Amino acid sequence: MSPDGVAGCIEAPSPVAPARGQREVFCGLTGIVWLHRKMQDAFFLVVGSRTCAHLIQSAAGVMIFAEPRFATAIMDERDLAGLADAHDELDRVVAALLARRPQIRLLFLVGSCPSEVIKLDLSRAAQRLSRTHAPDVRVLAYSGSGIETTFTQGEDACLAAMVPGLAREDAQDALLVVGALPDIVEAQFARLFEALDIGPVRFLPPRASRELPGVGPGTRMLLAQPFLAETARLLQARGAMRIAAPFPFGAQGTSAWLRAAAASFGVADARVDAVIGPAHARAVAALARHREALSGKRIFFFPDSQLEIPLARFVARELGMIPVEIGTPYVHRAHMEPELALLPPDARVVEAGDVEAQLDRVRAARPDLTVCGLGLANPLEAEGLATKWSIELLFSPVHGYEQAADLAGLFARALARRAMLRV
Amino acid sequence: MQLSMWTYEGPPHIGAMRVATAMRGLHYVLHAPQGDTYADLLFTMIERAPTRPPVSYTSFQARDLGGDTAELFKDAVRVAYARFRPEAMLVGASCTAELLQDDPGGLARTLGLPVPVVGVELPAYQKKENWGAAETFYRLVRGFAAARVPPPGTVRARNAVPSCNILGPTALGFRHRDDLAEIRRLLARLGIEVRVVAPLGARPGDLARLGEADFNVVLYPEIAETAAGWLQRAFGQPCTKTVPIGVGATRDFIAEVAGLAGITDIASDIDEQCRLSWYARSVDSTYLTGKRVFIFADATHAIAAARVAADELGFRIVGLGTYSREQARAVREAAARHGVEALITDDYLEVEAAITAVQPELVLGTQMERHIAKRLGLACAVISAPAHVQDFPARTAPQMGFEGANVLFDAWVHPLMMGLEEHLLAMFRDDFEFGAAAAPSHLGAAVAAPVPAAPAWHEAATRELSKIPFFVRTKARRNAELYAIERGVGEVTVETLYEAKAHYAR
Ligand code: SF4
Ligand code: SF4
Repeated sequence: MSPDGVAGCIEAPSPVAPARGQREVFCGLTGIVWLHRKMQDAFFLVVGSRTCAHLIQSAAGVMIFAEPRFATAIMDERDLAGLADAHDELDRVVAALLARRPQIRLLFLVGSCPSEVIKLDLSRAAQRLSRTHAPDVRVLAYSGSGIETTFTQGEDACLAAMVPGLAREDAQDALLVVGALPDIVEAQFARLFEALDIGPVRFLPPRASRELPGVGPGTRMLLAQPFLAETARLLQARGAMRIAAPFPFGAQGTSAWLRAAAASFGVADARVDAVIGPAHARAVAALARHREALSGKRIFFFPDSQLEIPLARFVARELGMIPVEIGTPYVHRAHMEPELALLPPDARVVEAGDVEAQLDRVRAARPDLTVCGLGLANPLEAEGLATKWSIELLFSPVHGYEQAADLAGLFARALARRAMLRV
Repeated sequence: MQLSMWTYEGPPHIGAMRVATAMRGLHYVLHAPQGDTYADLLFTMIERAPTRPPVSYTSFQARDLGGDTAELFKDAVRVAYARFRPEAMLVGASCTAELLQDDPGGLARTLGLPVPVVGVELPAYQKKENWGAAETFYRLVRGFAAARVPPPGTVRARNAVPSCNILGPTALGFRHRDDLAEIRRLLARLGIEVRVVAPLGARPGDLARLGEADFNVVLYPEIAETAAGWLQRAFGQPCTKTVPIGVGATRDFIAEVAGLAGITDIASDIDEQCRLSWYARSVDSTYLTGKRVFIFADATHAIAAARVAADELGFRIVGLGTYSREQARAVREAAARHGVEALITDDYLEVEAAITAVQPELVLGTQMERHIAKRLGLACAVISAPAHVQDFPARTAPQMGFEGANVLFDAWVHPLMMGLEEHLLAMFRDDFEFGAAAAPSHLGAAVAAPVPAAPAWHEAATRELSKIPFFVRTKARRNAELYAIERGVGEVTVETLYEAKAHYAR
């Protein structure tokens, strides 16, 4: 065991392939809900149906504290009748939007199922609109459609759309951290890398589009989220080298992630220990209380966000929980290898499939805690199963040392509440 | 193409889901991509339904498009039937599947299932949620009741005990559960028997019996008008036109149903529950006079609210509108009666602009208007769908009938200044603690007390603090300062901030 306790089991569980049947998971449009908060001069325009507009506002819980930086261009019959007209209409809608919101610097046209099915070419539209609105606004396109993407894959598609436009980075030894992180987490990581003398460090996505990082053969990338397959592939094609690591959830995950980066940059062990030691110890101490409450509890993950494997590893290793089933929409073998190696060898990893069959299994298993989507949470609670809704794991800061206990708290609170209630 | 930030109504298949979810023994198979399963959360989270809606989705993917999505749909119907064993099935397509033109209704019928299958086609690129609910309800009613339609020219015989059906309440409806209870009680007092309530709580077989009642009570015209119109033509069953929201409308409703039921002696204390009339006349309510109110809702609730506001609370209407384009005419007429121009739009930004322009004292609207009002610092009460989780209260809070009118009084008056309070404010307006910006005292916001002798903040720590989400920032600041004082640390650094966080997490 290394000092942070991450080396260990070699036998990785092998995922069970998906079964046919109803999948119960959001589409990639949902990513807009957190991406639009991150990139403050970006705007997301879904080109879709009323369903798409309704999905985003329902997933967002309709928190309108300011005029949102996303909208839907709702297609109607005329748009379906002729693609030429649809392009004209899109130009009109974009012009109206940009006139209304002059602060927009980066506009994403986000494809949906209907736009994909009628083959409305949004990349072409994006190029055309970029020319029209240059130099003030850049226009990019990606698909968040439910026929191609699930939930967090929307962020992957969005980040991937930015890669071709990134400037060439010539610096050797640049570190690129990939995946949308809350500002506070980004700042914590930036400080740690600085203390480790790793850098320059850049983040994708950045807070503003003019801060877009560069990429080149000297770039090493560290994935902060487990669902960025396409983005990583494109960055690798631009010469970036991926640093294989577990993901920075929990004290151990964060240490392993930082150590992987440090090893890649040749930072001396003593220095690494000195930098991360206190933060690691602080996180472990903060986790202790939750560990007491959660240790030995059985947990079941419905396939939802692709965070399931790293989270299962975290709750198993750092909180002593027992993952009964780890459902996940999709397992990216290469990115997941370091995580799978850290799971209990008998853990059952299942790729998304038939939700009814999963429900049968969760009822049979009767876990102490079930992590699932919003559609299933109350019905399972009503059946007597404690649940944690997974969307909160995307909306709250959960990465890194200082958030490790918060992450554990999300799981613990569901159980603590049940223990308190006498009704 | 229409640019839309927020939508008042979902797509039409959401309306179909509201009908299917309200009923018992019906299962809906929806040809739709996986992402459309988000709709389940509307019911399980917003309405806190303890069971999943009775809906299966085919969740086809891009790779299925080249192949046979029709076969996929048939499989889904077969599997759903085998698993849920419903008494009848409803099938249809969402916006994406509509483009595939697989014809769910036709496909499902080829399966030879042992139960009735009703197909609904809901044009997703033209129509919206309420229309979808109305069309689905109509198709179901017709599907099950058609076999019992009497030959043309048949004269209806009255039932010995006057009877009616109640049409319109659905799942996810604004206060439908409570309105239904209130109207049932009212009809019982009138001696009118309720045969079938639909869609809420009805089984497919109940719909077949709809023709037996003497008349239909249409609670929500947006949803039940189409079906009620067909029942009128097919069975000669008349239906009510008055929506009993407010004291006056409730009295009109009583007169209307009494007429339809052939009842002449109505108990003089039928309105014994009614408190609104006295509360509105009590002296404290004088301060309500001429309060400027802006109303935006579905057509039924908007029109009803305008009448209550003007006639029963003495407010002045400065805006009236709806997102229900189908009922625009009725809203225009109502607006004309109240001397304003109707705002007919489903563009939330237009509504916001209209509210900003007239600066009302009270906004009666949907959850969208609640947000607008919150942002503008205006008092607000929600009177219509779309509504959020807090608009599905644990207590019974109808909008209809005499008790409903009492609820309206409370719900609309509460956000305003209380009578005496308003006078005191006017009297002490020069006192620095009062002033125009003062909020109603019962809505006061708590402010965390500052830490005495707080230590200084290192610049980096201040910057870090500013990155903490605003709703926990005050707490984070306070904890860090207390922690620093406790340890005798002279200055709060980034380290202190996180030491404190870890410390208080324990
Ligand atoms: S503020 Fe939040 S809870 Fe309140 S209505 Fe809006 S979305 Fe719903
Ligand atoms: S699944 Fe497709 S149609 Fe449905 S909301 Fe997502 S992108 Fe729109």
